[in-house]
Amino acid sequence: MSWRPWGGQGALGGQRGVRKEEERRRGIFTRRAAVLGAIQLGAFGFLGSRLYRLQIEEGARYATLAEENRVSARLFAPPRGRVLDRNGRVVAGNRLNWRALLVAEQTADVAATLQTFSSIVPLADHEKARIEREVRRNRRFVPVIIREFLSWEEMARIEVNAPDLPGVTVDMGTTRIYPETEHLAHVVGYVAAPAEADVGDDPLLQLPGIRVGRAGVERHHDRVLRGRAGAVQVEVNAVGRVIRELDRREGIPGQDVQISVDSELQKAIRGKIEEGTSAVLLDARNGEVLAMATKPSFDPNIFNAGVSAAQWRQWTASRSTPLINKATNGLYAPGSTFKMIVGLAALEAKVCRPGDIVSCPGHLDYGDTRFHCHLRSGHGGMNLRSAIMASCDVYFYEMARRVGMDRIAAMANRFGLGVDLEIELPGTRRGLVPTRGWRQAQGKPWSIGDTIVHGIGQGFYQITPLALAVMTARLATGRAVQPHLTRAIGGRPVRGSRPEDWPSLGIADADMRLIRESMWGVVNGGGTAGVARLPGQYGQMAGKTGTTQVRRVTREQRERGFNVSQVPREWRPHALFVCYAPHDNPLFALSVIVEHGSSGSGAAAPLARDIMVEAFQRLGPQRPGQRVAEAGR
Amino acid sequence: MIFERRLLTRDRGAGILEKLWQIPWSFVLLLCGVAAIGYVALLSAGSGNADLYAQKHAIRFGFGLVVMLGLALVDIRLIARFAWVGYLGGIVLLVLVLMHGNVGKGAQRWIDIGPVQLQPSELMKIMLVVALAAWFHRASWERIGNPLFLIPAAIAVLLPMGLILKQPNLGTALITGMVGAAVFWAAGVRWWKFALIGAAGAVAAPIAYERLHDYQRARITTFLDPESDPLGAGYNIIQSKIALGSGGLWGKGFLQGTQGHLNFLPEKQTDFIFTMIAEEFGLVGAVTTLGMLMLVVAFCYLVAFRSKHQFGRLLAIGLGTNYFLYIFVNVAMVTGSIPVGGVPLPLISHGGSAMLTVMVGFGLLLSAYVHRDAEMGPMRE
Repeated sequence: MSWRPWGGQGALGGQRGVRKEEERRRGIFTRRAAVLGAIQLGAFGFLGSRLYRLQIEEGARYATLAEENRVSARLFAPPRGRVLDRNGRVVAGNRLNWRALLVAEQTADVAATLQTFSSIVPLADHEKARIEREVRRNRRFVPVIIREFLSWEEMARIEVNAPDLPGVTVDMGTTRIYPETEHLAHVVGYVAAPAEADVGDDPLLQLPGIRVGRAGVERHHDRVLRGRAGAVQVEVNAVGRVIRELDRREGIPGQDVQISVDSELQKAIRGKIEEGTSAVLLDARNGEVLAMATKPSFDPNIFNAGVSAAQWRQWTASRSTPLINKATNGLYAPGSTFKMIVGLAALEAKVCRPGDIVSCPGHLDYGDTRFHCHLRSGHGGMNLRSAIMASCDVYFYEMARRVGMDRIAAMANRFGLGVDLEIELPGTRRGLVPTRGWRQAQGKPWSIGDTIVHGIGQGFYQITPLALAVMTARLATGRAVQPHLTRAIGGRPVRGSRPEDWPSLGIADADMRLIRESMWGVVNGGGTAGVARLPGQYGQMAGKTGTTQVRRVTREQRERGFNVSQVPREWRPHALFVCYAPHDNPLFALSVIVEHGSSGSGAAAPLARDIMVEAFQRLGPQRPGQRVAEAGR
Repeated sequence: MIFERRLLTRDRGAGILEKLWQIPWSFVLLLCGVAAIGYVALLSAGSGNADLYAQKHAIRFGFGLVVMLGLALVDIRLIARFAWVGYLGGIVLLVLVLMHGNVGKGAQRWIDIGPVQLQPSELMKIMLVVALAAWFHRASWERIGNPLFLIPAAIAVLLPMGLILKQPNLGTALITGMVGAAVFWAAGVRWWKFALIGAAGAVAAPIAYERLHDYQRARITTFLDPESDPLGAGYNIIQSKIALGSGGLWGKGFLQGTQGHLNFLPEKQTDFIFTMIAEEFGLVGAVTTLGMLMLVVAFCYLVAFRSKHQFGRLLAIGLGTNYFLYIFVNVAMVTGSIPVGGVPLPLISHGGSAMLTVMVGFGLLLSAYVHRDAEMGPMRE
């Protein structure tokens, strides 16, 4: 080294100089090191004071924060109440459901987590799109369902890979199950994710995967079935995984709802009917719905899992409208089944005495219009009783002309036609019984001719099979029974099961008796529905047929001799039959509509008889259970 | 003392027993105490499972102890002679890490040497102290006032700083600079020169900020307002403060720290180990730990004041400042007083590389103590 920065020993003139230099340097060092030490001591003091401030002065605040960190309150859905049929059979129940949930705020990258999840349990693209949409829509801490109905094996695979799946948790929930599948779908309804508008006050509805009743009894009694949310305080770690439960406040479980339908009877009836047919069987004394069978139907379990677009298209595009409950939403003209109403209106208005004779030549001429009777040759002299039994049109043209539309409509309303029946099936159609005022409100005139046509149940009427069954029950009992499905909520019976719960219609007994005898005659006295006569042991049935045109019969057809078997099915008339039994002590009231069944006596009456026999066999007084017979006693 | 000096100057190789006798065993005991705190804390970080961190920590400390005692016996003059060799070795390692290093958290920081992972930046700080101590050892008052004499030393500081900054590791680069400055200061460089450098730094800071990596800027902005992004960069600081604060005076008890054990606390076995201690053992435990660490630093001052030669003084003060900065930056970081930077707590944090470098430093320190009366004489060739 040529350049020596330390200098030589002799640089300051020998040993003494070095020592002096050394002393000086040492002095400087000591002072400077003291300054440095003081700074560092001060820094330690600062750290100590900082700790004191954090741990003592603000300790309580941070302790609370730590507690909040650790403790997370979570809502949980109480078990949804079940729906039971009248025999206690579960028609809407719950079963276990393993679900994978994602909390967006607990993962840095939602897409990456889903990608990893996909390699464990494959996710379709549309599922990923749905999850990402829900993540965007919800707040970041709200769990979003990745996949429901996991198998045990899938659940285990997710748990094992938990470290690679930040924000993913598996939980056990329950899901709705409908053991009767399509047989009770229109009555029980179904559950599905709540519509956005429904998510309001109830915090329960913000839970992931929560299902609410969207149709039928599930919807009507949703609040009762849903119960009140429980809360659980859990200790969670930084990734939100639950370590242990600290406190649990049980919610209020949903209450079971017992409905009046007999699911076995319902299935038996559905086994007898074809597509396009509706049958409503009521307990005539109290209005309980014993069966409400329509075809086609759908499997409500599909709604619970989520309806695919293809399935939805299939349902909505189908001409047979499986999603629509024809018994409550199908609208038909009542046809000749309406004739009892016209007769009662005429009797009450005193424009007709029971013995009055109207001659039927096969048609009625009014002005320059000719109104035909279904029997071209005419019935001859008809009184009310024989006119109902033979279903003479001319007699009721004449009665309608005498009594007027408004009084007919008023009578129809008293029998449950064209009014809100308040049944526990949301969306039930009220139907329509026209009045002169209704027509005039549309800016159209109402002529006598209109009244005449409406005298035989044709025209503007829009009546549901349910309303026809209610009409029949009211004819049978004289009481204003309302159709209803609920028998008990949470094990407590609801009002309305006793006949005395329902007020009288206030119609003269003599008039009611005459109408009932006429309906008895339809089946048992040589009327239009002799085919519907019941086997002896069940007593006797009273009924009325109806056949309603869906297409006008042209003059040409009429002259050639109209034969329904020669026209396409969708042009054929609907077949109707209403009945109650036993005649002397009514238990059951039934309405049957067979779409395009051609004739009430041919298609609807025999079916009604079979259904009635089935009802007697299962619920009638001779049966061991005697359930209907006992009810209300 | 005379006896010792004679002994040492007469025979370097012999007298191992005497040297061992000279080792301040109370200090070794203090180190064992700090390491024991680390063991307990790491046991807790492993949720009571020693296999996870604590066992390795004990083994590393034991190994480090052997290295330290071995270095304590090495003659201080030998260390001074090879000071610049060590410095160059550190620079070479820093260059190597830039070329072949493993990337961690977006920076190249360590290299694999056989089974050991080495962070050369940590070793570099010690080598820098040794080299600077050697540089200033014989410098006279006049020389220290001569800028031409200071410039090579300044370059010796700035070169490793630049290399560390390039990794990039802003925190360690700044600490390296501060350690170097401490040696400059203790050597007697005029205070106005520090003021000048400080002013230059203040001017350069905004320019430097422009060149910072995004994550480095995020640290600074997060530090200024941690609550601004509670689940992002500020999460660590907030959770650490919650853990500390909720510890209170006596703490939640061993293994009872909810923040740590429920994983709200990030990197609880390394950077945030002090938080773990403070949560479970409260202010009492935290201050005790801090106090013991302070004693370690204080021992460095003791060595400095007892040393008869400038090399030993500067070495001790440099190493002491290095430890002080470790401790201060770590504790200030976890208490939310300065921006987060991955600085471990010496002897307590989990990590083999840090443990080894720390123990090497203590070995040099002990050598300076054992040979505090050695006749250092002027440096030759």
